[in-house]
Amino acid sequence: MQDPIAKATNEARKGDVVAPTKEKGWFYTDTVKEHFFHPKNFLEDEASYGEAYLGMVGSPACGDAMKVWLKIEDNRIKDFKWKTFGCASAIASTSMLSVMVTENGGMPVEDALKLRPQDIMARLGGLPARKVHCSVLGDKALRSAVNDYYRKTNQVDKIEVEAGRIIDKVLKITDHDIEEAVLEGADTLEKLQQRTKVGTGDPSCIPEVEQLIRFYKEKYFGA
Amino acid sequence: MKKPEHLIYLDHAATTPLDPRVLQAMQPFFSDDFGNPSSFHALGVRAKDAVSEARETVAVLLGAHADEIIFTSGGTESNNLAISGVIKRWQGEGIPHVITSAVEHHSVLEPLMSMDRKKEIELTILGVDRTGKVSVEDAAKALKSNTVLISIMIANNEIGTIQPIADIGREILKWRKAHASLYPYLHTDACQATGFLDLNVDKLHADLLTLNGSKIYGPKGVGALYVRRGTKLQPFFIGGGQERNIRPGTENVPGIAGLAKAFELVQADRERESARLTALRDKLAFGLLQIPKTVLNGHPIDRLPNSVNISFIDIEGEAAVLYLDAEGIMASTGSACASASLDPSHVILATGLSYEGAHGSIRFTLGHSTTEADIDKVIEVMPGIVKRLREMSPVNLDMKYFS
Repeated sequence: MQDPIAKATNEARKGDVVAPTKEKGWFYTDTVKEHFFHPKNFLEDEASYGEAYLGMVGSPACGDAMKVWLKIEDNRIKDFKWKTFGCASAIASTSMLSVMVTENGGMPVEDALKLRPQDIMARLGGLPARKVHCSVLGDKALRSAVNDYYRKTNQVDKIEVEAGRIIDKVLKITDHDIEEAVLEGADTLEKLQQRTKVGTGDPSCIPEVEQLIRFYKEKYFGA
Repeated sequence: MKKPEHLIYLDHAATTPLDPRVLQAMQPFFSDDFGNPSSFHALGVRAKDAVSEARETVAVLLGAHADEIIFTSGGTESNNLAISGVIKRWQGEGIPHVITSAVEHHSVLEPLMSMDRKKEIELTILGVDRTGKVSVEDAAKALKSNTVLISIMIANNEIGTIQPIADIGREILKWRKAHASLYPYLHTDACQATGFLDLNVDKLHADLLTLNGSKIYGPKGVGALYVRRGTKLQPFFIGGGQERNIRPGTENVPGIAGLAKAFELVQADRERESARLTALRDKLAFGLLQIPKTVLNGHPIDRLPNSVNISFIDIEGEAAVLYLDAEGIMASTGSACASASLDPSHVILATGLSYEGAHGSIRFTLGHSTTEADIDKVIEVMPGIVKRLREMSPVNLDMKYFS
């Protein structure tokens, strides 16, 4: 068995947690590491983004917070700058999202709104299951910035209110999010929290969350 | 011990490398003297002698009798056995009351909270002050006629704070004398303290004490529980009567030999190594606290010689740990993202630091391999890592919340 301390492999030196039985890192893909160690598009000069469209989600108390600045021309996203407080996958997924919406001349706003967390994860080559909530925040911060764009450009009719009703005010988690998570097997509060972190920033919503889990379990699984 | 090339391992509270001398002490019992200590033939006798010798070694180091040492599979089992063993064996009226602290290891807190939820016990969880210390007065005040056990660690695994166990022990002795009672017992988890403090059980007034091999340059998967004569425990396992029937099962002979050797080695070198590491610890803490917006977690003085835990405000611990790892420095974090649980460290939250501060905490734990050059390197690279992550972070908290 390789001793990861005494005989570190080059792989280990790249900055990952290494399982002692394997020489390869097990936690993050190379793409995630690339975006974590060399993040793209993070905001460096806030002064020149005073006019940009701003989106925000999360709070440092829950362990993840994200802020997004957008520049939009002809309904295409020309610039996406961000700041993130969070773990490696939070940083990498925001970085990847910024690349996805600005490549090829910029993504049309309506297309960007259709991006799902799964799309970001696919481009990252996957994330550990309990890290998924981080990229969920990425698409929410984008939506929040696009809503700011609609507001400032008199397209108020297009503002998309979160599909569903917001349950967790801090993380902006809706009943729809909870429904999806239950469908994917999160049938207890613990499992739901592993997936969404619901209630960590806004514990007052937990009783309602538990009620919703029971409701959707009965709806779909009759138990 | 061979120094790892290039890499700086500062996670000794998680686990330590095996000391080659310990490996040597274990070696005969894998393939040569492989006998079962319960067998009557020569190989059995040799294994039995090895276990007896190890038991004697551990007992002497604790100032105890050999028959008071029970070998187990590690710290978690020892803690679980002490707690559950005392509670289940108690035969008083009503339900038993247990006192513990908010900064205990999960292997103490989780079984207690589970029994509390099931109304099997009444539980008092003592808070700690900003430095992580339990107050002796609080502990004494919490004692009740149905209190059967007080479980408080000697030193904390995350922030290194050393608890006043002997003083708490004296309060318990007073209580038992005044009430002419055998209860409550005092249990203490010594896993992190084993290499640094005097573990004489009479000085500590401990009735039960947990030891673990893997934090003292010994093998993983082996530990011990000191059980003072007369202390009644209900076992978990039922079997062939080994370990005075408190922990039956064929003895882990190489592990037991290794645990005893490791314990002997760290205790022999305890004072010198403590002095050496205290100087390095203080240099590291001082160096890192020069970085703006940092807070030391744990007691400024009454802290393990190998422990430096610092919150870097506005950044998240896991990200910093990965950047450190890329520099060849291995530290750890109690932050949510790095562990299976979602909440940040329960220990740091218990000291009154906010969630925001707890998320940015990083633990450096020093050990045999640590040199002054290692410490210099951490002090050199850390400011750059913190600066970079702060540039990426949208958070900018006011330090008035962390004073």
